[in-house]
Amino acid sequence: MELTPDDVKRVAELARIELTEDETRAFVKDLNDILRYVNRLQQVDTEGVEPAYHVVPLENVMREDCVTPSLPVDEALDGTTGRSGDYFKVPRILDVD
Amino acid sequence: MPLTDYEIVIGLEVHAELKTESKAFCGCSTKFGGRPNSHVCPVCLGLPGVLPVLNRKALEYAILAGLALNCRIAERSRFDRKQYFYPDLPKAYQISQLDFPICSNGSIDIPADEELGGGTRRVGITRVHLEEEAGKLVHSGSGILDSEYSLADYNRGGIPLIEIVSEPDIRSPLEARRYLEQLKLLLQYTGVSDCKMEEGSLRCDANISLRRKGESKLGVRCEIKNMNSFKAVEAALQQEAERQAELLDSGEPVISQTRAWDEATGTTVFMRTKETSSDYRYFPDPDLAPIVVTADMVEEIRRRLPEMPDEKRRRYVNEFQIPEYDASLICGSKPLADYFDSVVAVYEGSPKTVANWVMGELLRLVNQEKIEVESVRITPRQFAALLRLVDEGVISGSIAKTVFEEMFATGEDPDKIVARKGLKQISDADELASVIDRVLAANSQAVESIKSGNQKAVGFLVGQVMKETHGKANPQIVNKLLKERLGL
Amino acid sequence: MDVIDRPLYELARLLESGEVSAEELAVEFLSRIDKVDGIVGAFVTVDREGTLSGARMADKARRAGEAPSHLAGIPIAVKDNMCTRGIETTCSSKMLRGFVPPYDAHVVERVKAAGMLVIGKTNLDEFAMGSSTENSALRVTRNPWNLQRVPGGSSGGSAAAVAASEAPAALGSDTGGSVRVPASYCGIVGMKPTYGLVSRYGVVAYASSLDQVGPLAANVRDCAIMLRVIAGHDPRDSMSIDAEIPDYEAQLGRDIAGKVIGLPKEYFAEGIEPGVRDAVLEAAKQLSKLGVEVEEVSLPTVEYALAAYYIIASSEASSNLARFDGVRYGHRAEGAVDSVSMFMKTRAEGFGPEVKRRIMMGTYSLSAGYYDAYYKKASQVRSTLKSDFDRVFERCDALLTPTAPTTAFPIGERIDDPMSMYMSDVCTVTANLAGIPGISLPCGWQDGLPIGMQLLGKRFSEATLLQLAYAYEQAAGYPSRKAPVTKDRGCCSCH
Repeated sequence: MELTPDDVKRVAELARIELTEDETRAFVKDLNDILRYVNRLQQVDTEGVEPAYHVVPLENVMREDCVTPSLPVDEALDGTTGRSGDYFKVPRILDVD
Repeated sequence: MPLTDYEIVIGLEVHAELKTESKAFCGCSTKFGGRPNSHVCPVCLGLPGVLPVLNRKALEYAILAGLALNCRIAERSRFDRKQYFYPDLPKAYQISQLDFPICSNGSIDIPADEELGGGTRRVGITRVHLEEEAGKLVHSGSGILDSEYSLADYNRGGIPLIEIVSEPDIRSPLEARRYLEQLKLLLQYTGVSDCKMEEGSLRCDANISLRRKGESKLGVRCEIKNMNSFKAVEAALQQEAERQAELLDSGEPVISQTRAWDEATGTTVFMRTKETSSDYRYFPDPDLAPIVVTADMVEEIRRRLPEMPDEKRRRYVNEFQIPEYDASLICGSKPLADYFDSVVAVYEGSPKTVANWVMGELLRLVNQEKIEVESVRITPRQFAALLRLVDEGVISGSIAKTVFEEMFATGEDPDKIVARKGLKQISDADELASVIDRVLAANSQAVESIKSGNQKAVGFLVGQVMKETHGKANPQIVNKLLKERLGL
Repeated sequence: MDVIDRPLYELARLLESGEVSAEELAVEFLSRIDKVDGIVGAFVTVDREGTLSGARMADKARRAGEAPSHLAGIPIAVKDNMCTRGIETTCSSKMLRGFVPPYDAHVVERVKAAGMLVIGKTNLDEFAMGSSTENSALRVTRNPWNLQRVPGGSSGGSAAAVAASEAPAALGSDTGGSVRVPASYCGIVGMKPTYGLVSRYGVVAYASSLDQVGPLAANVRDCAIMLRVIAGHDPRDSMSIDAEIPDYEAQLGRDIAGKVIGLPKEYFAEGIEPGVRDAVLEAAKQLSKLGVEVEEVSLPTVEYALAAYYIIASSEASSNLARFDGVRYGHRAEGAVDSVSMFMKTRAEGFGPEVKRRIMMGTYSLSAGYYDAYYKKASQVRSTLKSDFDRVFERCDALLTPTAPTTAFPIGERIDDPMSMYMSDVCTVTANLAGIPGISLPCGWQDGLPIGMQLLGKRFSEATLLQLAYAYEQAAGYPSRKAPVTKDRGCCSCH
């Protein structure tokens, strides 16, 4: 299943990464090389095999409903270059959730 | 074709915030309000390197909710990542549940729309699953689309939610409202959520389609969002049903879309089409272990379910002989039912008496002052004390109403009010004798009328005595004494 | 021998006896870094002040008899994808340049609790994605044994720092071989623990179900010591195991006669350089001399492991790296008129090509219509691979394989050919997929470059692996050795 430039553009959009035309071209090649390699997985008979989404047989790992200290507001906002008062500022949101 | 020739098919998706102390996957407080970004930590901010740990209580509350909604509790359940980019979503994915939700296959019964024949409508509940809240966005303009920028506050981010999805079994906007009311009642009873749409602890999205009566195939559905009250849900669905009917009548197709309810204009407006629906790229969250719930665990949690509304109503009717209507009304609000139960618990007399007072004076004042039952100043102990004063004849029934009003306003003890205002009932015959004399003397016409056979005027005279004594005379004794004096 | 070339366990002894102070150690290592790191390029950040003041405090505590552990005052290097409170943590990416975490990773807390010092943060392939450290957006790290060669990746900085005597030990992270491969190329010991043994809290996530933190050191004993420092339950990591951590160091030296070691034939097939294969087979002979039974086994699914790894790792990575959108921390593109374009430009500017490649691959694998064929399929193959291992471990106590198909390759040789780069991990990804532990240690030389052998064991068999590794190391004679690193070229006066 060969990827086309449009496929790559669609994936880049989903991943929110802006690509140049050169990058798109390069990724078409790279991703197709990789896909060609990983497609060998289709040869493996996995009929009735449960996917191993976890490697540790842990279950019901939980914590008690106790309040623990939060970060001071200044520390919470320290990492951003978009601080506005006590908020994180973002430019106009065009897509409505 | 009139709207009534179509069958309206509605499904509702409700999100309810769970009342845990801390967030779903970290220990930050869930307390409402507070300085922006003051209830956040590396985990709920989605800083690099952090990991989620499930809040046990959130799971238990989700199971409680599922049990209250007659759901099957999944033996094996897990968390999945729902991925999308949005400024209110710190990790750019929401921890949710897709393939293995914690609860499924439940139902709620509601009274069906009378215009559709009435009776009971059983609305199926497809699933109840656990997920986390996103943060809150404040927009610089009046709405999201005309704002130059927006501000993000992540205090709300990470609060546990349950998503409750109904089957498309609802058949009218009125039924939709009833469904929401019943759902809210049931959830309030379990104590897992406040379900206050105005505060944002309950949100509702609706899906609605129309089809010709008798047809089995579903019509094209539209999603309606942005309704902030149960009334708005009903109004929005009514609007949308009419819009779809008009389209279908003129032979036009209904296009699958998402519409927003606009409270100001009372209409739904187009938001986006459903063709380009989001690809959420769900996959099982590798950071969280699967959940295994045994039958024993379910039973242990089921034992924690309080008496539910139907059970309670039946008990009031059967054990307390309270009329069906009154029982329904009291059970229809958990705070009211709780209040009623606490008064009955400390009052030796008849629960029916309590019910009368709750239905009468209490609700009257609560509605008048527009307050919540939870804010009523009268404690159950005080309430019971007042009823006792009436039972013992210390005050009359009508005086009691005055005392009740005072208690309601000030929270003062009834006996203190009675003492302070000198409201004790006058039952002493000698004390009453002089008043009766005065009244008889001042109302010779009435006396004549009685002597010529008009019994009704006795009541009038009793009233006059009550007036003279500012309501404090014991009306039964006055009646008896009057009749004796008049030789009846 | 200079103090900087001594094993960590000896430094502990010297500190305890008072022959050397922590401050002296700090000064020596910092001065070594000054001397060679301009050439080696192992470090992104060196915390001079913190190390010196921490060393002084350790000396004071020791004098008062209040040292938190016998290791107090020993400096180690930490890979720059592990959060260190107050110290920049970049993941060698433009996306996180200037990011100062408000918290320490769990493993960093443990290191500090033992009284050890974090001398600096080491270079890596950006966000731990790579096998050579060439994907770092910040600097080049060179192999101390030959400066024209890669140190391996993604924990190349940590491995080079230890090999060049800039620190006695280091922490790295291993998702598909990123501790073991650099250890192999740099001639040191590196271990990936059982998944869940060491907490991932505070380690910037690459692939959640594969990542583990592991120690890099110059010899097996030091590796055992460091493993005990960092291992243990952490309630903040839901996949962290709650189990008793053995005293790995104390268990070294136990007799290994009678143990069964399997040689999985799939790891010795075409694609492995003859020199590497021969060195590992020679090591097998050495182990037989020590009384170990060596036999051939088969793990048929190994052929598909790399493919499964790439799908799973890139899928999880695409999800874990989605949080880098410029809103709350890290790089934020300037001049964007709306939030979507801000996200797109931020991520275009902040991520390097390999990271973008893996995010795209992962996004594609998880997208509608492809999930079953890719992520689910790969996870099923993962299951099959685990069963293969379970089966051989019924009979074998450990497996012996090469760590990598080749020795360190030249800088620039594979960077333009992603698939050839990915092939470096073909021997190591299996352990991450199966969640089992693996250790790499030197077993020979080829043209002046170290060859590494890998021992794999079943879950929680670290003690056995360390014992086997130790016995081999002591008998076969590839003990602690550090690269001199001259100005012109790395040289080794070895074998």
